[in-house]
Amino acid sequence: MIEMRGISKSFSGNAVLKDVQFDLANGEIHALMGENGAGKSTMMKILSGIYTKDQGEIKVDGQVVNFKSPKDAEKLGIIVIHQELNILPDLTVAQNLFLGKELTYGKTGILKTKQMEKEAAELLKKLGLDVNPRTRTGDLSVGKQQIIEIAKAIASDAKYIVMDEPTAALTDREIETLFKTIRELKAKGISFVYISHRMEEIFAICDRITILRDGQYVGVRKIPKTTFDEIVAMMVGRELGERFPERNCPIGETKLEVRNLTVNGVFKDVSFSVRKGEVLGVAGLMGAGRTEVAQTIFGYRKANSGEILIDGKPVSIKSPIDAMKHRIGFVTEDRKTQGLVLDFSIQENISLANLEKCSSSGIMNKQKELSMVHQYIEDLKIRTSGPEQSAKSLSGGNQQKVVIAKWLGTNPEILILDEPTRGVDIGAKKEIYHIINKLAESGVAIIVISSELPEVIGISDRVIVMREGLLTGEVTKEQMTQENIMHFATGGE
Amino acid sequence: MSNQNKEWLSKLGPLFGLILLIIVVSILNPSFLSIANIFNVLRQVSISAIIAFGMTFVILTGGIDLSVGSTLALTGAVAASLLAGGMDPFLTMGIALLLGLILGMVNGVIITKGKVAPFIATLATMTIYRGLTLVYTEGRPISGLGDHYSFQLFGKGYFLGFPVPVVTMVIAFIILWFILQKTTFGRRVYAVGGNEEAAKLSGINADRVKIAVYAITGFLAALSALILTSRLNSAQPTAGESYELDAIAAVVLGGTSLNGGKGWIFGTLIGALIIGVLNNGMNLIGVSSFWQQVVKGIVILLAVLMDRKKSA
Repeated sequence: MIEMRGISKSFSGNAVLKDVQFDLANGEIHALMGENGAGKSTMMKILSGIYTKDQGEIKVDGQVVNFKSPKDAEKLGIIVIHQELNILPDLTVAQNLFLGKELTYGKTGILKTKQMEKEAAELLKKLGLDVNPRTRTGDLSVGKQQIIEIAKAIASDAKYIVMDEPTAALTDREIETLFKTIRELKAKGISFVYISHRMEEIFAICDRITILRDGQYVGVRKIPKTTFDEIVAMMVGRELGERFPERNCPIGETKLEVRNLTVNGVFKDVSFSVRKGEVLGVAGLMGAGRTEVAQTIFGYRKANSGEILIDGKPVSIKSPIDAMKHRIGFVTEDRKTQGLVLDFSIQENISLANLEKCSSSGIMNKQKELSMVHQYIEDLKIRTSGPEQSAKSLSGGNQQKVVIAKWLGTNPEILILDEPTRGVDIGAKKEIYHIINKLAESGVAIIVISSELPEVIGISDRVIVMREGLLTGEVTKEQMTQENIMHFATGGE
Repeated sequence: MSNQNKEWLSKLGPLFGLILLIIVVSILNPSFLSIANIFNVLRQVSISAIIAFGMTFVILTGGIDLSVGSTLALTGAVAASLLAGGMDPFLTMGIALLLGLILGMVNGVIITKGKVAPFIATLATMTIYRGLTLVYTEGRPISGLGDHYSFQLFGKGYFLGFPVPVVTMVIAFIILWFILQKTTFGRRVYAVGGNEEAAKLSGINADRVKIAVYAITGFLAALSALILTSRLNSAQPTAGESYELDAIAAVVLGGTSLNGGKGWIFGTLIGALIIGVLNNGMNLIGVSSFWQQVVKGIVILLAVLMDRKKSA
């Protein structure tokens, strides 16, 4: 068992952890919750030896330990599985499992390939994963890769596994498989620290929740002796009220219409429309083709056939530049690889899609740029030390707001948001819903792609569902239930 | 604030290195500080610095241009032959610069439209442009450029007491610094190098930006070719060999990241000066030209290692 007491840590004078405690019993699944920037990852980086603590004490099985590097923590069986998986896609499953600790003939460096594959197969079988160890890992679904990561941890005798947002990229069924694996390992005495923003999941699988806020320990609660509302209140330090704010605005004429849009081998005959002031939800499992449809509308992907109409007139969109001319904005799914230039400041990121607006005859106008940026920092409540702060150093929620600000700057009439709240904490989520509502009220036609069903239901006026590249259904406000949507998303399985 | 100060300090590291180098060289041989010698260093540096300025743009987008030396040779040879044939010097210079621009654009088009890695594309054009130079000159130097005062001024003259090539370098620096720091184009260059996908998805025509930076580099290589041709009063088919390496070294010494997106052109100027002072200083001190290569290599390595440490 692990006990952490009085942990403090500051970076260049900024205290990020103040006297925080956390403990993990053997065979326990313990959730660590808090808004982004609350100190969860710092806490776990200290536990896994990536950072050294300034103050406090860590005991593993009653022994005081001082980790100087991740290796020290690994020796005691503490392993972290990061949100971005550490899998090499071009290696086989067996090669990944034995990465860095390959079995060899003596000290020769000659690999015992057969034996590794055999052991890998046994391990996979134990975890209930039906995969040939010789499969290229990149060919597996994200969910299976996640389990391979766990298998990797088990292979190196992990006793304590820290999982950071493990389900962010998983489908419901994959999540079930993952949970089954976790529960089985728990029964064998392995402990998990589970970091997630998804309440439903935490209540489904965890034993206890420790809550942090602004780098401080708020408390620990036992499941099921607590409620969503209590946890949320502890996280944000206030009652949050309704999770999905009410929106009451008239829906206007059809703004965007898509007819039989097809990209060969990706999606086929997708037709739908969205009206002014309407929020259209797009549900479906990962890989159903939702992002690809959005990319095609935005001109980032070439359509093989089909038509796009704006205000009833057919338009030709061959590049994002064309799309922007038609006042389409696209908040991309992955803010780190597609949404932001991480080395750029907040200011430079927001103005990136608005360079014309912030310049005259090609020369940047600092005044215009700054006033626009200040306005959005204020409007969207971006928590930052100033416009010069680099995007890299912001929390997920604030990064997302910067991406949204970038697109608001273009005054879009159609705004597509792809997984706008993934990896974003509850407080920031609600602020993003507010922004979406405000935009709808001002007459923007909005498309929200989301894999979180409660979110899709909570914010959409209408939902379309995709499965395996086809549009399989449309659900109106009255019919909106998780079951109805899942029925279309999975084909009724 | 303290973080920003730290960033500035690390950005100015190369400048401190240059000052330290100048102090050491001056102590070992005080004649380094004579006006004549300083002008000499600056005149030499101007040619490589102008090429390195262009290389900065290319590297900021995450690319590389190995063909600059060959572009210099080809544009220099064409300029020399036009002058020798009696063409007006200003028209000649215009044609050479335009040729440089086109040769650069060819690189850009191959890289963006042909989707060839910059290293491979410019490795190929480096060989092609060098070969064309040899074909054009039949492998012989071109001399007898005639007695054009205005063209000779370009490489050998003085303006307000300063050598014209140095003045040209400074003007080029100011213009290019302005483009990079103050214009939308400059912002796009950094964005494409920082995250090409995000830049494209923000409505930036990344291909066009890339073609432009290679064109700028070709243009600047031609500008250097004119200075060199004027100074030597002839064009050599082997001119500019390994200039691409000096230019890349200057950019890297100046702290610009080879991964793109991070760096500044002032650093490149400092980097070019470091190489220039090092060359000149070692000559003055009497280091053999063989050892000079070794020292230069070590300095580049040290600079990069220190940069690594800083960012770690």
